[in-house]
Amino acid sequence: MTAPAAHPLDFDAPRFTIRRPAVRHDEQGGASDAERVARATQAFLRELDRSVAAWMESCVRCGHCAEAYHFYVTTGDPRYTPIRKLEPFREIYRREAGPFAWLHRLFWSKARVSAAQLREWQELLYDACTMCGRCTLACPMAIDIAGLVARARHAMFAAGLVPHELWAVAERAEREGSPLGATPKVLAERIAWLAEEHGVAIPLDRAEADVLVALSSIEIMKYPASIVAVAKILGRMGVAWTLRSDGYEATNFGLLSGNLEWQRDMSLRLIRAALACGAKTLVLPECGHAYGAMRWDGANVYGAALPFRVLHITEYLAEALREGRLKLRPLRASMTFHDPCQLARRGGATAAPREILAALGVELREMPPAGDANWCCGGGGGVVTMHRADDLRYRAFEIKMRQVEASGAERATTSCSNCRLTFDDGAAHFGWGRRIESLLELVAEQLD
Amino acid sequence: MELLEFARGPALAASAAVCALGIAWRLYAIFRRPVRSDLSEPRHAEVGAAGWRAILVKMLPPKDVKVRGASMTNAYVWHIGLAVVVFGFAPHIGFIERHLGIRWPALPDPVMYFAAAVTIVGLLAALVERLTDRVLRALSGFDDYASWIVTLLPLATGMALIERPYHPQPPVAPALPTDPTLLAVHLLSFELLLVWLPFGKLAHAVLVFVSRWRTGVEFARKGAAL
Repeated sequence: MTAPAAHPLDFDAPRFTIRRPAVRHDEQGGASDAERVARATQAFLRELDRSVAAWMESCVRCGHCAEAYHFYVTTGDPRYTPIRKLEPFREIYRREAGPFAWLHRLFWSKARVSAAQLREWQELLYDACTMCGRCTLACPMAIDIAGLVARARHAMFAAGLVPHELWAVAERAEREGSPLGATPKVLAERIAWLAEEHGVAIPLDRAEADVLVALSSIEIMKYPASIVAVAKILGRMGVAWTLRSDGYEATNFGLLSGNLEWQRDMSLRLIRAALACGAKTLVLPECGHAYGAMRWDGANVYGAALPFRVLHITEYLAEALREGRLKLRPLRASMTFHDPCQLARRGGATAAPREILAALGVELREMPPAGDANWCCGGGGGVVTMHRADDLRYRAFEIKMRQVEASGAERATTSCSNCRLTFDDGAAHFGWGRRIESLLELVAEQLD
Repeated sequence: MELLEFARGPALAASAAVCALGIAWRLYAIFRRPVRSDLSEPRHAEVGAAGWRAILVKMLPPKDVKVRGASMTNAYVWHIGLAVVVFGFAPHIGFIERHLGIRWPALPDPVMYFAAAVTIVGLLAALVERLTDRVLRALSGFDDYASWIVTLLPLATGMALIERPYHPQPPVAPALPTDPTLLAVHLLSFELLLVWLPFGKLAHAVLVFVSRWRTGVEFARKGAAL
């Protein structure tokens, strides 16, 4: 299933991914079942550090995580209990690496994990997990279930058990530099078109710049106004900035699919581009998981502390507002804000968008539980990419629709293009007459 | 050897040794693993206290996330009840003093009886929930039910002993307990708990601190929410 022609992109659908495959290929390679299990086992145990061991040892099976989890709350299906997603890997841990592994093998353990079990769990680890981390808020043992799911995805990728669409876009990203067709050539064409259309300078491949701006392929292909917004804002601020064709793609489907090598490759492109132009700051786009991939994993894949700052665009703008380098006209509207999970709950940048909204002077009507405990849109973790997960995702999205309506706000905004995509697709599915706006684009519209 | 003599002597020594060594081994299994180095620039410079903060914060109900309210309340009730019974009952304090040399004032016996009753009812409710709730049933295995039984047994056998007030002065083992067999059974049930504790989820009594600490430290670096 490696031929790119077999995975054409669907440019017309509200949700941007590959077209629904006529025949699904949710397994990669021709390994035997025993080999798949062995690879999954090795990959999972390779990442067995102190935290993972502590979390693997600590669950008391209280089930509280289920109540915090959108896919359980909206379906009532106990299969979706977050900690249950780790069951095969808990078994692998107990049998192979736990303190009483020999006792488990002799007396207590169920049969060894099978390839059939891993296949069954593929849906739970990919389709039914946005890795939003809300379950950890409810866990009395503070188990980082999303972090464990990330490790389990590494094992699933090693076993060749990744859902069709997610594998296809991750492979495309590795091969082309972008998961959704935003190749360097496409980027250059888009920039030329946007610069002419909007009369704004969009520097590309400057040899030196203080700020390197990264983009999300969703922005490039679906929401190009975001690129214009960045150009207008940074131009107004007089920042020496650039886009680079050797490192522009911030989305990281290596991370989402579970391929550490591909994750590293995507991150290193950005890091090398930032180093090449001597950037002091790498500004990440409105994309939640891109923030986690670079802000928190970037230095680790690079192997050293990064010699430049890594900021989400909302953090960058909030800082500019604090320092008086950016002035905005008030926006007379009531607004609600959807917190991207990887930016807020798991990324720690919950305050920045609210600083911007305060500077915009909007009447902020929060969607409780807003901020760190906000409900996920249902499309994170690569879920919005997978056709197979649509029904589940739409059910979770009903929570968001109810929240937005209950807020009573005239307008809704967020700072993640993947969340925007999920909102647009959900709205189209339900015939919901609302849309969610980019906070970045709002700032650009209100430049003073 | 009389049963009580066995329970107070070799059985207690062996079970305590299994418990101590088992917990130590289980902790070693965690601490022998490397701490993943993180080269990212931390959001906050001070993450040293984050482990302690996580341990304390997670003792409280989550703020903005709805959890199983009745289930959580019940868990608080029987955990606290169990602690009161173990550490507040005069005979238990006497037992601890005889073996560890430390003591503290006991709570009145009626409080103990009430606490034990509440704890038993709470444990029964927890079992009913585990057997009837679809989420809990799907998660549960041998460990969950074995842990429940070995937790309940010392309470049940202890309740069978409380036919009269017990005031050990000085705090030494009574030479002639009311019913030596009942006392022996109570002690043996406690020793069963000690033997099982390191092998199953009851070890969370210790592991809770490790798990919360690790998450607290890792999340504090990012400013992520707990």
